[in-house]
Amino acid sequence: MIKLLLGDEAKMNKLTINDNNKLIKPIYLDYQATTPCDPQVVEVMLPYFTERFGNSHSRNHYYGWEAEEAVEGAREKIANIINASSKEIIFTSGATESNNLAIKGVAHFYREKKNHVITVITEHKCVLASCRSLEQNGFRVTYLSVKKNGLINLEELKEAITDQTILISIMAVNNEIGVIQPLTEIGLICREHGIFFHTDAAQAVGKIPIDVDVMNIDLMSISAHKIYGPKGIGALYLRRKPRVYLQALIDGGRQERGVRSGTLATPLCVGFGEACSLSIEKMPIESERLRILRDRLLKGINDRLSYVYLNGDLEKRIPGNLNISFAFVEGEGLMMGVKNIAVSSGSACTSASLEPSYVLKALGVDVEMVHTSLRIGIGRFTTKKEIDYTIDHIVEAVNRLRELSPLWEMHLEGIDINSIDFTHHND
Amino acid sequence: MSYNEKLVDHYEHPRNVGSFNKEENGVGTGLVGAPACGDVMKLQIKVNASGIIEDAKFKTFGCGSAIASSSLVTEWVKGKTLEEAAKIKNNEIAQQLALPPVKIHCSVLAEDAIKAAIADYKKKNKFNDE
Amino acid sequence: MTSLATYLDYNATSPIRTSVRKAIMRSMDYFGNPSSMHSFGRTTRNLIEEARKNVAVLLGCQPECVIFTSGGTEANALAINGWGNKRFLTSSIEHASVLKVKYGKRIAVKQSGVIDLLELDRLLSESNEPTLVTVMLANNETGVIQPIIDVVRLAKAHGAIVHCDAIQAVGKIKINLCELGVDSLAVSAHKIGGPAGVGALLLTNPNAKFLPTLLGGDQEWTRRAGTENIIGIIGFGAAANEVNGEIGEVERLAGLRDRIEQIFCEKVPRLVIFGKLTARLPNTSCFAVPDVMAQTLLIGLDLANIAVSSGSACSSGNVAPSHVLVAMGADFLASSAIRVSFGWASTEHDVARFIDVFLSLINRFDLVSKRKLASA
Repeated sequence: MIKLLLGDEAKMNKLTINDNNKLIKPIYLDYQATTPCDPQVVEVMLPYFTERFGNSHSRNHYYGWEAEEAVEGAREKIANIINASSKEIIFTSGATESNNLAIKGVAHFYREKKNHVITVITEHKCVLASCRSLEQNGFRVTYLSVKKNGLINLEELKEAITDQTILISIMAVNNEIGVIQPLTEIGLICREHGIFFHTDAAQAVGKIPIDVDVMNIDLMSISAHKIYGPKGIGALYLRRKPRVYLQALIDGGRQERGVRSGTLATPLCVGFGEACSLSIEKMPIESERLRILRDRLLKGINDRLSYVYLNGDLEKRIPGNLNISFAFVEGEGLMMGVKNIAVSSGSACTSASLEPSYVLKALGVDVEMVHTSLRIGIGRFTTKKEIDYTIDHIVEAVNRLRELSPLWEMHLEGIDINSIDFTHHND
Repeated sequence: MSYNEKLVDHYEHPRNVGSFNKEENGVGTGLVGAPACGDVMKLQIKVNASGIIEDAKFKTFGCGSAIASSSLVTEWVKGKTLEEAAKIKNNEIAQQLALPPVKIHCSVLAEDAIKAAIADYKKKNKFNDE
Repeated sequence: MTSLATYLDYNATSPIRTSVRKAIMRSMDYFGNPSSMHSFGRTTRNLIEEARKNVAVLLGCQPECVIFTSGGTEANALAINGWGNKRFLTSSIEHASVLKVKYGKRIAVKQSGVIDLLELDRLLSESNEPTLVTVMLANNETGVIQPIIDVVRLAKAHGAIVHCDAIQAVGKIKINLCELGVDSLAVSAHKIGGPAGVGALLLTNPNAKFLPTLLGGDQEWTRRAGTENIIGIIGFGAAANEVNGEIGEVERLAGLRDRIEQIFCEKVPRLVIFGKLTARLPNTSCFAVPDVMAQTLLIGLDLANIAVSSGSACSSGNVAPSHVLVAMGADFLASSAIRVSFGWASTEHDVARFIDVFLSLINRFDLVSKRKLASA
């Protein structure tokens, strides 16, 4: 346990900074985009890539039984960390599929009865895209706004409910700003109104305690690669009592109780199960360690730079996330300035399209500040040394880029940027 | 997406960073882009009596490609007449820095910045284009 | 695999190739999200694009045609839903991942297991509605190869779209997407010595109008959202790469199969081989010994550590007679049908062991039957 406090750096053999404070390898600080597999996950997974290769659906021979046993063991582990029964866990190819399946699946199954869905404007793209496809198919969707701290307003949620509301889909933890929505309160409201509660918990499970019974969650999307498991696998928690029905997205051999067909990837299931067990085992100590590192990073930056703003609530937030706007410096330019530190400007899924973050816009962040943000994700293999290195380099890069920035110059001259008519845009 | 060496060089060692006094007669200032769009370029030229751009300075808020594009054009305009400078095309900039398709707009902005600076200079000095 | 065990169920899944295993081990060092712009993301992006090229070579198409999915089942469902609300025609011997997606008219097969082209033509002529025809390249249970080029010719004459499930055929016979002429093709990695949980849908025209099922990020040209299964895709690429370099494998597998069939026909004359007189995959043999229940043989074979299958493994413990054999008019033999299928690691030794054990089981069964007859 002492070893954990020092970080698992030694075990990973992934030293990034040597004793002379020189960087040997780039530093990874993008743990909300994805995480490396824990070595222990790799270890339990590997045999299923090699000698234990059976198809878990083969009922005729040992290879199949061995694979099935492994898959069911993994299912049990996943169920355990959210206080569910293993029969309520449906394996999918990842949280994107789980979200699509939950939202489109529930809405279409019950479409003869009800046709209204409630979600939030800061949800992950795949939730919003699923909701938009429902709208194209004749459903009505309410998109709740968020407060300046990124949390929803429970009164607004209550007001949005109608007798036509079938599903409320609200994410547990936001992928860009790490804020935790009030799940227990939302669950209670859903239960009182007899509405299904779906939560995209890809960024939450394994990082904060989740109990599907206490929180009255009916459907929940989980991802393995956000918690040191492999990519390409996730799960949907699907409540059995009272039962939730779904229309399947992928039909075929009727594996996974007919909800999701297709041959299961045994090694990925096994890795996912192990990742869940590990994360829950490490959670109490790891959360504290991450919180200390995060606070050190935030303080280090705040002490040395002015006009730095944290996006999203600091208290109701997972410990491993910071999203900071560095006024007068463009985020992508800053990313390039700290090129040996892997961070993200906007969410990983949208950076390629260069659009400013809709999540930050939803918080009411000023338009000129939306482009100045960095998301810094701290995780299991992050060390204090890396944090200190990061502080130094971010501060240096921000100072350098402010010297280059016409907006910084205007600010120093006392010109209000909002008073300038930027007429020459060409979009 | 890996960045081209020249681009990285201009980003890491930008040329001609700074500002002239924009009230000065021989100075033309172009300010293009908008903070809300993620790019703002300020490009200034200093023109001598014989109509030659003697010096140029820039400041840019934007990504690496935007910074490199503006740095590059400050090098290019120096020593050119206003007419020659006005002929610089965005695709020359994009080509020189090997900008990927999603970054072409940075070169467009740099071209606009030169044009805006020239227009400002002409306006201040009561040029008549006709 | 323990050396004592003999695995002859490659059509259900195959052991992972050594080169794939190595690639997977190496892939564990790379973890960036391929959508991330930093070096970690760019590295995995490059690895995925490398794998995509290998899969494209395997199937004779451009990398842009390849959409990675979570497997063959998803690829089939994606294709059938993706081509939109069209009239749906399918052969009666398709895999469940095609038949269960939506209701469609079934094209009968002949006793040989080959689709009835005259009936396809008739069904196509029935209506002018936009139509999607789905026919598999080779059947998973019998290995019978379907005349896809003829299917495409007929379908195109009626302006229909053609989707082809090539999950069992890939790696066992040469496939060239352009020559086949189909509009889309589904493949799976774990049938060719790659890992389970990854497959691909190939779109012959990457710009075709096509509706995605999984919505969200821009991955796979927005045809299929979701963070890529990096380990799986790298493994798939490595498997494809190995298949691309194989020479003489088809002949080797056919040799193993022919040896079994030849000896069985000789020693057990009443044994029936399904699709024997038609073009089949070189690695598959499906046969029945009348009066001997498949379950009896499977138990005996399992005790001897030999893994084969009866019917399709994907039917999840389904005990109903195989719909494929029923469609071929062999209902009465379906409960006796055994499928053996080979692959890259199969050896002559495996085949010899299987022949010995199988023949001794049949001998024992015949002996018991004779005794029963005598005592009766």
